Amino acid sequence: MKFTKTLITAAAALAICGTALADITIGVVAPLTGPASGLGIPTGNQVKLWPTSIAGEKLKVIVLDDATDPTNGTKIAKRFVTEDKVDVIMGSVATPVAIPVAAVAEESGTPQLSWSPAVLPPGKDKWTFRMPQSNAVMAHAMVGLMKKQGIKTVGFLGYTDAYGESWLKDFTAEAEKNGIKVIATERFARSDTSVTAQALKLTSANPDAMLIVASGSGAAMPHMAIVDRGYKGKIYQTHAAASRDLMRVGGKAVEGAFVVSGPAVIAEQLPDSHPSKKVATEFVVQYEKAYGPGSRNQFAGHAYDSILVLEKAVPIALKKAKPGTPEFRAALRDAFETMGRTTLSHGVLNWTKDDHWGYTNETGVMLKVVNGDWKVE
Amino acid sequence: MDLSIVSILMLDGLTNGAVYALLGLATVLVFTVTRVIFIPQGEFVAYGALTLAIFQTGKVPGTVWLLLLMAVLAAVMDVRLTWQHTRNAPKALKAGALTLLVPAVVSAISIWAAPRQFSMLVQALLTVGVVTSFGPLVYRLAYQSLADASSLTLLIVSVGVHFAMTGLGLLFFGAEGFRNPSFWDARFNLGPLALTGQAIIIIGVSLALIVLLWQFFEHTLYGKALRATAVNRLGARLMGISSHAAGQATFAMAALIGALSGLLIGPTTTVFYDSGFLIGLKGFVAAVIGGLHSYPVAAVGALFVGLVEAFGSFWASAFKEVIVFTLILPILVWRSVAGGHSEEH
Repeated sequence: MKFTKTLITAAAALAICGTALADITIGVVAPLTGPASGLGIPTGNQVKLWPTSIAGEKLKVIVLDDATDPTNGTKIAKRFVTEDKVDVIMGSVATPVAIPVAAVAEESGTPQLSWSPAVLPPGKDKWTFRMPQSNAVMAHAMVGLMKKQGIKTVGFLGYTDAYGESWLKDFTAEAEKNGIKVIATERFARSDTSVTAQALKLTSANPDAMLIVASGSGAAMPHMAIVDRGYKGKIYQTHAAASRDLMRVGGKAVEGAFVVSGPAVIAEQLPDSHPSKKVATEFVVQYEKAYGPGSRNQFAGHAYDSILVLEKAVPIALKKAKPGTPEFRAALRDAFETMGRTTLSHGVLNWTKDDHWGYTNETGVMLKVVNGDWKVE
Repeated sequence: MDLSIVSILMLDGLTNGAVYALLGLATVLVFTVTRVIFIPQGEFVAYGALTLAIFQTGKVPGTVWLLLLMAVLAAVMDVRLTWQHTRNAPKALKAGALTLLVPAVVSAISIWAAPRQFSMLVQALLTVGVVTSFGPLVYRLAYQSLADASSLTLLIVSVGVHFAMTGLGLLFFGAEGFRNPSFWDARFNLGPLALTGQAIIIIGVSLALIVLLWQFFEHTLYGKALRATAVNRLGARLMGISSHAAGQATFAMAALIGALSGLLIGPTTTVFYDSGFLIGLKGFVAAVIGGLHSYPVAAVGALFVGLVEAFGSFWASAFKEVIVFTLILPILVWRSVAGGHSEEH
């Protein structure tokens, strides 16, 4: 009896190993619930549209919800590397979760495609590659337009989390290079019932422009509060706000807002010479066919791009090792660094040994809200 | 900082404080009658605001289906309970039908009215109907069978109910927030102060509700019965007051207050499926200031919380929540030092 049991266990174990060896396993960790679910749900939607195989290898995708909780994200990442032995971790979309996941990726030697612009200490991002543009790249586009408009002073109103913090840091650095000063800094949380006090303080400092760092529909409330206080200057929003929820909730108040974005969400308006035009259009057509017109967004674009990256890197890595082995994971990581320029829906990416951000400064596109729609500025 | 800034901050603080006051009162009410620390109070706020938002789009809100489902579950429980007690089938079925009646009627009207896009006032009334019906059902399903358990057990149940309601909220309303149109678009400029119609409505409705509640508890038999249950549950039962009925009535009132708060706050901010928790928590801080038993102190405490929040976000916006919730520490110390506190069950 005991012998039979052992035999069955052994057979089961073999069967599990067998499938694991044949497939490429992807562990997706994304905030499907919790405060960042507005970012996570679209990526989950895109994952459902992923192909079933890459370079002839079957894809096995495990999607787990981190609930926008860093502790939860760490647990999931640990499960991915110990139990599922994934070949690559993708996510999280929430910056505060992506950072601890990166630590697990580093420890276990598993490549991570982060879907948020997670800023890591130097040397800690050996295994982490970011799919979104860095805030610095986006700030570059934003400051470029501010300079053109002759803006000298900026008021900052941002989330009290890692996203707000890293924007403040990158934006201040970029602005100072161009003679623009951040003269007032205020914080708020997405769930706040009122930002009147912050808006009051910012408008009394009277900067030439305001920068609001928030995501999705959460970006509308601070915008309206500032307009409500009679502020007449220009208001800027970041790429996390580049979704239609901004106009849906903000209505007339967000007219004339300047929003920085990757090229993916404005595929049709890109000039034909833009390298991402074709890929971005393919992404938009596929996503909106499944989820309805106007549903496109920044975050689903990152999930779409991740597959394009794998399609280029996996054949290179397959020459060195079989999926499911540490050698394959290392080969995949090396392939990310050496595969060269890759055209994605969000721009042209070129990861190198020293740069795991990859996008060039020309990636960010400035949009203006005109009549409730995006217009390239 | 000059007088105009102070006055704007005061107005902002008092407007939010008025809503916290309502939630604080609901928390005190639920605690005194049932000894439940009702953490999900804020969820009713979010459900209220978002149900109205979905009605505005002409769809049937998911909360209506949840209401039906919960009503069926509660009815089955009631049928079973009555059957076990009486072994009388018609009586058991009647008990079930009674539980099912109100939610079924409210749901039917909602489903009929949703695509017809009636005026906002009608939709607001429907919203209040739907959300208020949740109150007794939540009590029936989650708390009634545990009515005699310790406060700690009830608190743990509350945490569970909170997570369930937030999760269901995400399912029904999605991750993105909504902002409802204003009930009254007027604007009055008093010097530097811009008084919006919505702020007047918030303060007016809060005051009216507080007066109504006070009248209800002072001058009606039903109110007095609830107060009796709050003072001494066993004694009240011996006097023929059903503690289950009292609990369900209390939860209905808590849900009603939550729904109204949601309607009040919906046009002034973006409400997300999980926004209710923090709003409710601030009401809870107010209730704690009132020692979880004094209505007037809780109401004053709520205005205080609102003001602290407004001035806190002006001076140090990054530490706003820290300031508000740290408030609770000195208050707890003061209450435990000063409080000649007795507890009767």
